[in-house]
Amino acid sequence: MADVKLHGFWASPFSYRVIWALKIKGVDYEYIEEDLSNKSELLLKYNPVYKKIPVLVHGGKPIAESLVILEYIEETWPGNPLLPSDPYEKAMARFWIQFAVAKASVYRAFFVSTGGEDQEKARKDWLEVLKILEDQALGDKKFFGGDTINLVDISYGVLAYWFKNTEEVIGIKVLEPTTLPRLSQWVQNFMQVPVIKENIPDSHKMLAYLRIVREKIIVAEQHNK
Amino acid sequence: MSEEVKVFGAWGSPFSRRVELALRLKGVQYEYIEEDIFNNKSPLLLKYNPVHKKVPVLLHNGKPIAESLVILEYIEETWKSNPILPEDPYDKAMARFWAKFLDDKCLPALWKAGWSPENEREKAVEEACECLKTLEGALNGKRFFGGATVGLVDIAANFIAHWLGIIQEATGHELLSAEKFPHLFKWTDEFVSCSIVKESLPPRDKLLAFFKDRIAGAMDAPTEASK
Repeated sequence: MADVKLHGFWASPFSYRVIWALKIKGVDYEYIEEDLSNKSELLLKYNPVYKKIPVLVHGGKPIAESLVILEYIEETWPGNPLLPSDPYEKAMARFWIQFAVAKASVYRAFFVSTGGEDQEKARKDWLEVLKILEDQALGDKKFFGGDTINLVDISYGVLAYWFKNTEEVIGIKVLEPTTLPRLSQWVQNFMQVPVIKENIPDSHKMLAYLRIVREKIIVAEQHNK
Repeated sequence: MSEEVKVFGAWGSPFSRRVELALRLKGVQYEYIEEDIFNNKSPLLLKYNPVHKKVPVLLHNGKPIAESLVILEYIEETWKSNPILPEDPYDKAMARFWAKFLDDKCLPALWKAGWSPENEREKAVEEACECLKTLEGALNGKRFFGGATVGLVDIAANFIAHWLGIIQEATGHELLSAEKFPHLFKWTDEFVSCSIVKESLPPRDKLLAFFKDRIAGAMDAPTEASK
């Protein structure tokens, strides 16, 4: 039985996607915390293209990109399936996972918005993305995966946890029961799932970290203007 | 068993051509519907892809799927002949990694480098060349990214094999040269020489005229409308 290792970062939602999937499937793995300001030789060797975490190493063979890793985990450990077996339903799941990738720039724009008209537009754009997600992907289901969570829920885990802290750092609420009732309920339901509840980063540490990251990006963007 | 397979596409879109190529490689009959993506998208397209309102859309027995890489995975799973993904899960993961690299990083960088204003060109070209260098390494002396036969990554890289050269001709700026990227350059030849691939590419002169028009006048980037 080959060994499994995960190179991750405590604050990264992408790292947590992989952790959650491995835990749900009951896969034993060794976790290696990477210092992003001082990346290990191993990480650079395992992910020369992006030099990022997460990287899953299975039997010595590395895989990068969290969504690619999730598909690999699903295929390699088929117990507790995280994708529908019907090809069409599977395609729909992949479509909604890809939606997050397509709209990442909208999230980023909101994350770095500082005020005024720009921020109002960024907030509106992001709210619209969340409305589409709530309306067309989630609908009246408990989870994106139906009665239990699947890869779609795992992909949107950033909303359940990181986003709340982001809203606090920016000082603007977007994901609320008044504006997004079903998605808000999904957040509550998702955070109650035992595997998720037992595997989330420390909230205080996260808040402080997000503040620093946001500051850095805003300063860098101003330099580039 | 008669199945209804339709493709909503745009003649010049590399993304909709990906879908057509995959279907042809697997010998799947389909009806093609040309969409006027710049001026007049059909009500059917908007109904089948309300989220992005883009081509390509695959319609299989009345059920629509959007996003070209999602469609390719569906095609692979539904029609088993001439597989485009490796069987081994690790090799499959590698194929998915490279297809994603193409869409997330490489194609946007190439597109940007092709159309950058003078003052941004140097940086854009540098980034694009980094991507091409990475792909050259990924090819690793193989005939195709998929090995002996065309696979998912080759299909996803169709833009590089056909569109890129035409854009280079239209703009006068070269990115993919035989000197700098010999294996990748050779791959473009191998790829477009496959008879099935050849049949599924838009005509060169029509594309060249399209890009020359774009340079002459102001137009929205086709990638926004045609992905």
